[in-house]
Amino acid sequence: MNRYVTRFVACAVLAAGALGFAGAGHAADVKSETLDAIKKRDQLICGVDTGIPGFAFQDSAGKWQGLDIAYCRAIAAAVLGDPEKVKYVGTTAKVRFSVLQSGEIDVLIRDSTHTLSRNTDLGLATGAINFFTGQAFMVKKSLNVAHAKELDGATICLITGTTLELNIADYGRANNIKINTLLFDKPEEAFAAAEAGRCDGYTDDGGSVAAARSSMKKPDDWVILPELISREFLGSYCRQGDERWSILVKWVHYAMLEAEVLGITQANIDQIKASATNPEVRGFLGLENDYGKFLGVDNDWAYRIIKAVGNYGENYDKYFGPLALPRGWNELYTKGGLQYPLAWR
Amino acid sequence: MVRRPSPRAYAAQWVFLAGLIAISGLLIMNLGANLARRNMQFGFGFLAESAHFDIPFHLIEWTLFDTYAKALLVSLLNTLLVSAMSIVAASLLGLLVGIMRLSVNWLVRNLALGFIEFVRNTPQLVQIIFWYLAVLQTLPPPRQSIVLPGGFLLNIRGLYVPNIVMEAGASALPWIAALLVVATPFAWRLKIGERRVGAIALVLPVIALLLVNLAVERIEVPALKGFNIAGGVQVPPELVALWAGLSIYSTAFIAEIVRSSIEAVPKGQREAALSLGLRPFRVLFLVVLPQALRIMVPQMTSQYLNLIKSSTLGTAIAYPEIFQIFAGTVMNHTGKEVEIIIVVMAVFLIVNLLFSAFMNWYNRHVALVER
Repeated sequence: MNRYVTRFVACAVLAAGALGFAGAGHAADVKSETLDAIKKRDQLICGVDTGIPGFAFQDSAGKWQGLDIAYCRAIAAAVLGDPEKVKYVGTTAKVRFSVLQSGEIDVLIRDSTHTLSRNTDLGLATGAINFFTGQAFMVKKSLNVAHAKELDGATICLITGTTLELNIADYGRANNIKINTLLFDKPEEAFAAAEAGRCDGYTDDGGSVAAARSSMKKPDDWVILPELISREFLGSYCRQGDERWSILVKWVHYAMLEAEVLGITQANIDQIKASATNPEVRGFLGLENDYGKFLGVDNDWAYRIIKAVGNYGENYDKYFGPLALPRGWNELYTKGGLQYPLAWR
Repeated sequence: MVRRPSPRAYAAQWVFLAGLIAISGLLIMNLGANLARRNMQFGFGFLAESAHFDIPFHLIEWTLFDTYAKALLVSLLNTLLVSAMSIVAASLLGLLVGIMRLSVNWLVRNLALGFIEFVRNTPQLVQIIFWYLAVLQTLPPPRQSIVLPGGFLLNIRGLYVPNIVMEAGASALPWIAALLVVATPFAWRLKIGERRVGAIALVLPVIALLLVNLAVERIEVPALKGFNIAGGVQVPPELVALWAGLSIYSTAFIAEIVRSSIEAVPKGQREAALSLGLRPFRVLFLVVLPQALRIMVPQMTSQYLNLIKSSTLGTAIAYPEIFQIFAGTVMNHTGKEVEIIIVVMAVFLIVNLLFSAFMNWYNRHVALVER
């Protein structure tokens, strides 16, 4: 009997100690070199694509737009309180990881596939996957090709420095066909070569192929083949060695998804905040719990994100709606898609 | 008496050397520390790994299972090919335009001047992309290929040349044949005892011809099949565009070198030749140009070296040269940035040093020997 009491007391003391430790520790204990640097410079430096419709492009006024850009703005809103405090660095596929590794940018959000070798050999930390897609082909309609397997002998233009070259070689090997490739540094020349007929088609991630089709002179002359020959799950990258920073980047993504799950949009967020009774919503908006402080920002962070850029679905519709790209895999898990926020607990 | 430098001068040199070593050491240590911090290892072991990607244009056999080292070789050969083609074309065109610059005909002279000024003062990359798109725009799609005499086909995918298919196992024969042809002029001059070999040397190319005849199995003529032309050897438009871009840009500079070198030959030489009754063309080719050549060679050397380095611009128009394949695709797949840049720089350094050593040898060969 006595033994049980001792044991119970010991457990209780330990638990209380642990709790007290956690309780006293949070906010101040989040140590992140990158986060400190961003706060000090009062600006987020975000590595993005040099220009691809849907993900990152400059509009006619020279302002950056796109799904990846929305993430940069969201992070800036969460950390610095202002979505405009972002410096965008356009990176080509070739140099993007070097730019990140050398510390020139804080985070790389550049429709980059998450892969094993990048996660290990390149020493990069994976953030969140903000776009699920696969490698797709776009070919001239006049060639009468219906499936990727019929591309034996065809020449396909693509961008160098990507996973695409390996996929296309593996796909050819697996299906015993030969697809010739032509590697370009930047999309502009690749599009021009495809347009001129130097190659029979163009290949890239599903989202980018839709973007490429939209930027052809006559989009209707081109058809996107139904096959996706690889998994290209695109997302953000951070440097390894700053765990807390990559955790924050990941949870910015979950915040945009959680808002969609809860039905919170850029338009209705103030109204919902004023009358929120649902504990989940109150926790999300920072009216209860200290989730923001756990992450190293304040509790209003999620509110600011949605206020600045809106939820995930809103951004998808805004940037991929015009490209006529259905949400597919990027639908919420509740609607049969792959996008899910982790539990806000 | 030979004056020795003062001890102070020696000391300064040693201090400079020590400083240089210290700075390099610091840089290398910094690199090591940074790589370690990112959990990256430094090493060239990746060169032996399989590449698993396709190189669209290759002079030697290339399969998906070849190593990264082989990819380096394949792309280096592509770089050397376009450089060699461009050096030949730029030299010939440069000589022509340089001579045109000095023509007595107003139109010819100013046409050359206009060409030089236009080409010299626009960026090379823009010119290369211009040539690429210009080439692409003018050529027909594969199904409407232009049929040229001799089984040649021309379309947007390139120029298709009939391929000579060798007998299996006869791959050494063409090389032997080539060697025989090269050896012919040397054999001609050879003396056995007191007698020159002379015309008997012509036996060698005949043997070469027979050998080649033996080795050829059949000639494969290109023809349309599916999406593309099958059979034959393809000269891709990227190669042609890069060739044009590099040659024409260098032509402008070489033309100026030619012009200035010709003008540097003393006027008396020309006048003396003319007064001997030589025709203007003969004056140019027999008297003026040989002397101008001596002045030209050192400047041409640096122009050629520039051209070799500029071949990396081919990466913009999908020409698979060393910078695109090795410093692009391979770098992306292996993540060995530092190692790859070291390799690429070393390769260019070696190529350019060898080339300039050859040019220096040639320069000594043609230089005026003062007696």
